[in-house]
This record gives sequence, C-alpha cells and structure tokens, in this order.
Amino acid sequence: MGNVLVITEHMKGEFQDISFEMLGQARKLSTGGSCSALVYGSMKDRSSELGAADRVLCVGGSDDFNPETYASAALQIIQSEFPDLVLVGSTSMGIDLAPVLGVSLDLPIISYCSCIEISGDNFEFTSQLYSGKMDVKSTAPKAVAMVLAGSFSAEDGKSGGSASVENVTADFGVGRVQFKELIEPEAAEVDITQSDILVAVGRGIGGKDDIEVAQELAKNLNADLACSRPVVDAGWLPKSCQVGKSGLKVNPKVYIALGISGAPEHLEGMKDVSTIIAINTDKNAPIFDVAHYGMTGDLFDICEELEDSLS
Amino acid sequence: MQMELDKVHMKVAVLLKQVPDLAEELEVDESGKALDTEYIKFRLNEYDEHALEEAVCLKEAGQATEIVAFALDGEEVDKALFSAMAKGADKAVKLTGPEVEGSRQAAALFAETLGMDYDLIMTGVQSVDDRDGMMGPMLSSMLKVPCVSVVTRVEGKESSVTVHKEYFGGLMAAFDVQLPAVLGIQAARQTPRYAPVSKVRQIQQSAIIEEKSASGVSGSATSKVTTMAPPTKTGGAKILGSVDELMELLKKKGVA
Repeated sequence: MGNVLVITEHMKGEFQDISFEMLGQARKLSTGGSCSALVYGSMKDRSSELGAADRVLCVGGSDDFNPETYASAALQIIQSEFPDLVLVGSTSMGIDLAPVLGVSLDLPIISYCSCIEISGDNFEFTSQLYSGKMDVKSTAPKAVAMVLAGSFSAEDGKSGGSASVENVTADFGVGRVQFKELIEPEAAEVDITQSDILVAVGRGIGGKDDIEVAQELAKNLNADLACSRPVVDAGWLPKSCQVGKSGLKVNPKVYIALGISGAPEHLEGMKDVSTIIAINTDKNAPIFDVAHYGMTGDLFDICEELEDSLS
Repeated sequence: MQMELDKVHMKVAVLLKQVPDLAEELEVDESGKALDTEYIKFRLNEYDEHALEEAVCLKEAGQATEIVAFALDGEEVDKALFSAMAKGADKAVKLTGPEVEGSRQAAALFAETLGMDYDLIMTGVQSVDDRDGMMGPMLSSMLKVPCVSVVTRVEGKESSVTVHKEYFGGLMAAFDVQLPAVLGIQAARQTPRYAPVSKVRQIQQSAIIEEKSASGVSGSATSKVTTMAPPTKTGGAKILGSVDELMELLKKKGVA
C-alpha cells in the first residue's frame, strides 16, 4: 500500500528476532511501495541479513542503545523518508522510541500490535489490550505501530534478495541521556532455559508463603520453579526465575502454569512449549488459549490433592 | 548537618492512573468499541504503584525533597490519591476538566498542567489500556525533556539521575539522565509498601486533595477504533475434570 520503515533492534552485535519479524511483515505490507530498514552503528556490517528489505538505511551512531540519540536519529530519517507506516518493537527499546516518534511527527501511535493488515486506504491494526483479554481493532492511513514479539514469522524477514545499503546522516540529539554500561544478570542458581520440566507460578499464587506449595510440587515432580513478572516484582522469587518478555524464553518438555493468567508478555516466553498445562481459577484466562491442557479450580486444593496422589 | 548538605533538592511528580481490575470479567459495551465500565472495579495501575514506591524511596534516601501525586479525575481516584499520601506523597492533585480519551490525551493534559515545574516526573512504564502509546515517553516528547522507560532503579543527584533500564533476560543498562526528565518505571527497588486502612483514613481526615482544572485536549493524531472483542479462542486447552485425570496426564508425559 505504501512505504514501510522498520526500526531494527540489536544487542551485542546481533539483530534481535523482532527485527526480522517486523521486516517480514513490512515486506508484505509494502506492496506497491518500498520496504526499508533503519540500522544503527556497526550493524551496517550486517546489512546483508536484511535482504527482505528494499533499502537498508545506515544511520551510524553508537552500538549502545540510547533513548535520546536513537529517537532523534529515527525522527530525522522519517522526516526525510515520509514512510506511511513505521514499525517499532513493543519492547524495552521500542517503548523509548515509538511514543516519542508518534508525538513528534503527529502520527497515531498503535500499542501492542499483534496483527497489521491492509484495509482499503488504511492499515488495520489489532492491539492486545487488558493483558490479552481484549483485541481492539483500529485503522489509520499512517501510523507508528509497536509490534509485539512473536506476532509475525522471523523466517519471512530472513529470506529475500539483497537490499541497497545506503548511508544516511542524522543528528543524535543534545546529549541529555548518557549511556554508561550494560549490566549483566546475576548468575542464576538454576538455569530455567535448560529445565526439562517447569512449574511456573503467577500472581494467582497469592503470597510469598504460598510459593512453598509450588516449590514442594516442583520438588516432587523433579521440576524447576519459574514464574511470571508480578511474582518477581513482588520480591517472591528472583529475576532468574522469570519467564517472558523481560525475562527468559524457555522450552521445557512440560510447562505447568499455576495461577498465571497469560498476559502477552508472559506468553512471549513460553508459548512454543510442546506441553503446557494451565491451572487457574478464571476459566476465561488467556493462558487456556495457549495451553494444551487446562484445569480450573482452587490452586491450593488442586496442588494438595496432587501431592497426596504423588506420595 | 552533613545530611543537610548531602540532600538533593529534587521535586518529583508521580502520575497515577486508575485501570480496570483484570480480576473482574471484562465486557464490551453496546458500541462494540469500548469496555462496559458500569460494573467493573478500578484499581491503581500496578506500574504506577512502583513509580510511587521508587519516588518515596528516593525521598527516604535524601535524594528528593517533595513528592506530588497527580491523577486524572475518575473512578475511585480520591481513594488512590489519599492512599498515595499515606504512602509518602507530600501532596495530591486531581486534574479535572474535559473527559480524556486514551493515554495520549492524558499525556497532553499532564503536559499542560505540569509544565517545567518538576525536576523529575515518574509514572508507570505502561498500563493495560494504553492503546495509543505510553504516557511517559509521550509526555516527555510534549515537554521536550528526555525520558527513559522500563526503569528499575533511580539514584538522584543534583542535576541528573542515574537509572537502570531493563532489556530482557535480566540484562540491563545504566544511563545518566539530565533533569528535568520523565521516567517510565517498571519496578521499584523494593515491593511497593502497603498503606494501612487506618492511616489512609487518618490522611483522609487531615489532608486535602488539591483540584486543578486543565483547559483542554487538542485533537492529537489517533487511529480510529472499529471493534473491541475478546480474542477468538484458538482451540485452546483440553479441560481436565479431576486431579486424577491430571495425574494420569503427568504420568503419560513422564513427569510423575
């Protein structure tokens, strides 16, 4: 329908999957127009990986993400390129960019996009709101859209010919935000990305004392304990146990979700597991859509009964 | 007097927002484009709770002098603001005025009200209903000040803050951010404190919520909502009727 620009993301010299996912979709949406990818810093040297794009725009700058400089550069490129649609990841980096770009350019910002299609002269977006409990469709002829990881195929963005690689220049802002350093995660007691079986707890677990119930179950099943974001924020389990967007992507043989409602941020980290068993009080919880087996009822009653059967 | 010398004079605004309580069943209204809000309960956006907590921690560490909690008028907002004062906010302000639709208009209203009166503006990184962008970075763009989002730690200095921004898998980056600035808080350094009902009640009797009227919301760019509906069920889970069935499944999968 028009020209689509993808703001790529990278970390430690590698493009993040979200970059390819957006690029593949941008390719499809740019029929009759051009599909471009904006890359920062030395990622220019990896431009050949972005063959699904027509053009790779290399803006230079530092390899270290910086909310101010990356937004400033993207803003100028958009102002000179006039894309109809700008795709930004619904990610930690994307949250610093898309809202700033939308406001500065007076373009609509569409959060949490899981689907983008062409509908007449408009793009039609599906946003996952209320932690995935509602899909909201909206339309706009031009927009900055924030794309949820895992919504589109990364393979589509990795295929394709060769893009023309162009150097573009931009101003990187006035230096009000200074990158200092990357901080690596603390070494984990258990590496849950390597676990065969995971018992994962969510907000529905109630409180720190209740974690013990899950811990006991995990022990009896020879499983490791994992959790969703609210459990870490509440300080009940360490960050190294967290599955999902800001946590880890896991792929055990069996994933038992206790009291996890299934917010998109959590699903991002576990939806590809081959056997997902969800136990939740809310029969409408989105977790039941990705789970293979489900059970509704009181967590503790179920866990207790299960313990009895196990012993 | 050493303490006094070390003290950082920083005025902090914390922006709070009420969101539908997701523990409740959500329903779509007659228009087919919005939530039916008649029967649902509202609660404070959980990330805003973290923003408030981190602000109070800053003050306790002598790195902030004043905390003002702001919220748009709406469902149970007084309760949220009194509770914010009970937790450590020095003042609470409720914005009255035109009905606000979406976070972008809310950001515009806050931009108009806050202006450059604060050294640091802290709010939750996102909320479950911010369909048209996240408040923090939009507000920063309107005020033309820097913003860092997904922040988990703030350290106040005289004219800047050092923040930790979270990426994924526990990986973070540290940034120095010149003030004035906006921060989108993901998680406070500690679990948000709980305000006992008795303390909230006491505040309710002694403190007042200041009201400020904001003049208007300009027609900012937005997409047009066509439908809202629960996601289509994609087959979904096979529902197990009993723990015995669950046991059987676990055995079959080689877990039990």
